[in-house]
Amino acid sequence: MSSVRCLSRGLSFASPAFRTRSLLIQGNRLYSTNKVAQFKGAKNQNGNYTVTFIEGDGIGPEISKSVKDIFAAAKTPIEWESVDVTPILKDGKTTIPDAAINSVKKNLVALKGPLATPIGKGHVSLNLTLRRTFNLFANVRPCRSIAGYKTAYDDVDTILIRENTEGEYSGIEHEVVEGVVQSIKLITREASERVLRFAFQHAEAIGQKEVRAVHKATIMKMSDGLFLSTAREVAKDFPHIEFSAELLDNVCLKMTTNPNIYRDILLVMPNLYGDILSDMCAGLIGGLGLTPSGNIGDECSIFEAVHGSAPDIAGMDLANPTALLLSSVMMLQHMGLNSHASKIQKAIFDTLAEGRALTKDLGGSATRSQFTEAVVAKL
Amino acid sequence: MQTDYFLFFFLWHINLVESTDPFSALLLPCPQALLRTAKASSSRNAVFPATRAMATVASDLVKPTKYGGKYTVTLIPGDGIGAEVTESVKTIFKSDNVPVEWEQVDVTGVVTGNSHPEELFRESVNSLKRNKVGLKGILYTPVERSGHQSFNVALRQELDIYASVVLIKNMPGYVTRHSDVDMCIIRENTEGEYSGLEHQSVPGVVESLKIVTKMKSERISKFAFSFATANQRKKVTCIHKANIMKLADGLFRTTFHEIAKSYSQLEVNDLIVDNASMQAVSRPQQFDVLVMPNLYGSILSNIGAALVGGPGIIPGCNMGREYAVFEPGCRHVGLDIQGRDQANPTALILSATMMLRHLGLDDHATRISQAVYDVVAEGATDRFYRKVRTKDMGGNSTTHDFTDAVLKHMERQ
Repeated sequence: MSSVRCLSRGLSFASPAFRTRSLLIQGNRLYSTNKVAQFKGAKNQNGNYTVTFIEGDGIGPEISKSVKDIFAAAKTPIEWESVDVTPILKDGKTTIPDAAINSVKKNLVALKGPLATPIGKGHVSLNLTLRRTFNLFANVRPCRSIAGYKTAYDDVDTILIRENTEGEYSGIEHEVVEGVVQSIKLITREASERVLRFAFQHAEAIGQKEVRAVHKATIMKMSDGLFLSTAREVAKDFPHIEFSAELLDNVCLKMTTNPNIYRDILLVMPNLYGDILSDMCAGLIGGLGLTPSGNIGDECSIFEAVHGSAPDIAGMDLANPTALLLSSVMMLQHMGLNSHASKIQKAIFDTLAEGRALTKDLGGSATRSQFTEAVVAKL
Repeated sequence: MQTDYFLFFFLWHINLVESTDPFSALLLPCPQALLRTAKASSSRNAVFPATRAMATVASDLVKPTKYGGKYTVTLIPGDGIGAEVTESVKTIFKSDNVPVEWEQVDVTGVVTGNSHPEELFRESVNSLKRNKVGLKGILYTPVERSGHQSFNVALRQELDIYASVVLIKNMPGYVTRHSDVDMCIIRENTEGEYSGLEHQSVPGVVESLKIVTKMKSERISKFAFSFATANQRKKVTCIHKANIMKLADGLFRTTFHEIAKSYSQLEVNDLIVDNASMQAVSRPQQFDVLVMPNLYGSILSNIGAALVGGPGIIPGCNMGREYAVFEPGCRHVGLDIQGRDQANPTALILSATMMLRHLGLDDHATRISQAVYDVVAEGATDRFYRKVRTKDMGGNSTTHDFTDAVLKHMERQ
């Protein structure tokens, strides 16, 4: 992997030898006895993997083209299967078309561009719908400073895992009496264990020595307390990985003061904290246009650019495809295609560092296609 | 009459203060003058027509009384670095002959064998109820001990000091990664995620209730707008997560915008908390006054503190209808550096000067805060001719060195 540190530092693969013992929690269904969320896809008759491509709205199709071009140039064994996820209302609920669901279920992995959330009553956010449909329980958000784009922070290299299915996002809310609303944060041992186990396994796979749980158990003693105690129990199964816990306030403070102290620590946390902290980390390195994201589920995983669909510059060849490209690199790592991943990643980082073909949002004047060509040339 | 006096106090204050003290022009809207909490209306709902506000403005004003020419102020040093930084404040107040008498209560959240934390906590609450004003360090909250509510939270709820004000501004002379940051975080202090209502439905499934009420959202919004108006701020931003918590944060956001209609001179907008956090670390200069529910306040005040140099320099206060408790804005206990004479007393000293302004003792406040800013700005030197900077600011000075330097500057003025 040479000097380039793997961006998401590799999801898990190729070590089925490692099987974790299960937690002995009395009376509870044990979540997992082996590797959580391992990629189980197989090659098709052409020797390629088929990947579902949700190109998205706005700038989505353009930046998707960049990914396709670069993947073709790098000769990655990937065949794309583009699907449309324009939401439909089925029995009053937002769902995505069956064709899209079937495609992801068949291919087990998808890459997704930005989606415009339809405005109007009855529509749940599409991202939430996707997460629920495919039970994507963990969100992996690496953040790495981009040489060539200067911010107030240098050498940021953090990796954060967020529980994706419950917590503050349970959607259980009601008005008790007029003017008094209760919103329920739901924490279960099962979901906590699942994401924590994944976090430890991920740390193991990428060679991270420490996992740190971020919590607010001083105030939310039972809910965050449960997350924390589950973390302590899961940690016992990984004696070679250090475990620690830190208060959310402290992490916010230290991350903003000096993000470098989190270089060698993988952070794992409940839903809302993860949402806030991962976007904050993106802010440290220059915004959502530069950070990849992976949503990991038991069966399927979806890798995505988390930025908006930018309808104002759609079709103008101005969009920056970096986030989607880096997400696709994470996807390759998840699929075990490490050499292709690091080759493409290196090309992207080198192009950005050189600074000759930067897009407008990074202060350059290149178009999206010029940037893409520059990356292809590096390959 | 009293209201008039108070308004005059505001105006007088704005015109008078011309110094490099970044916080000198800070005016706290006196919430007792702002709101009469309509307790009856919150318990008996749907009696009032929809347009009727749940929190209404009252003109009564409860000011602490002077006895023998002195104000009595409750002092809770707190855990961790509390004792050291409190000592610094006491020394400075004494040397400036500030007419304040301390009523110290040594509450602690650290559990030891023979202490009676609950009793001391009651004592501190009673003392605050008597004196109406307090200066407080941060109390430690053990994670391990279940059923033990955080004393910090309990105190705020018991006294209903609902508005936390945290001032985040670059200190002249102390360079950090970001410059020209000047924001005020106004945080709802008594409900939201800190309600303390949690239960286990079945083993392994826990529900934690976040409570948002119209009444409390209304009064915190009003507080924020009056604060912005009194301090000639331009913009008020509401921070929320209404895209996910549609009802709870939705209520907070809607209420904010309803109240905003009465303050047409101020620019108003709202931001989702994750976006706000991202913006805060990349372009913090865009923020002015921010108002938000409890948990987001904790997050953003810590991010904010880090932008300008850490929790050691961030002052804050908690205001209620009757009581005001001044405490460092970032609420870090600092157990790790306890007793090492390393703590930066700036946050507590500046919180104390905010308290002096609240008491109307502006001369003292200006003198003390000016001295603190001078020490930081000019880089006063200690007896070894080193800059007086505590460890968190990249120096080697002790808490005592810092206090001495402030005293010296006050003499010089």
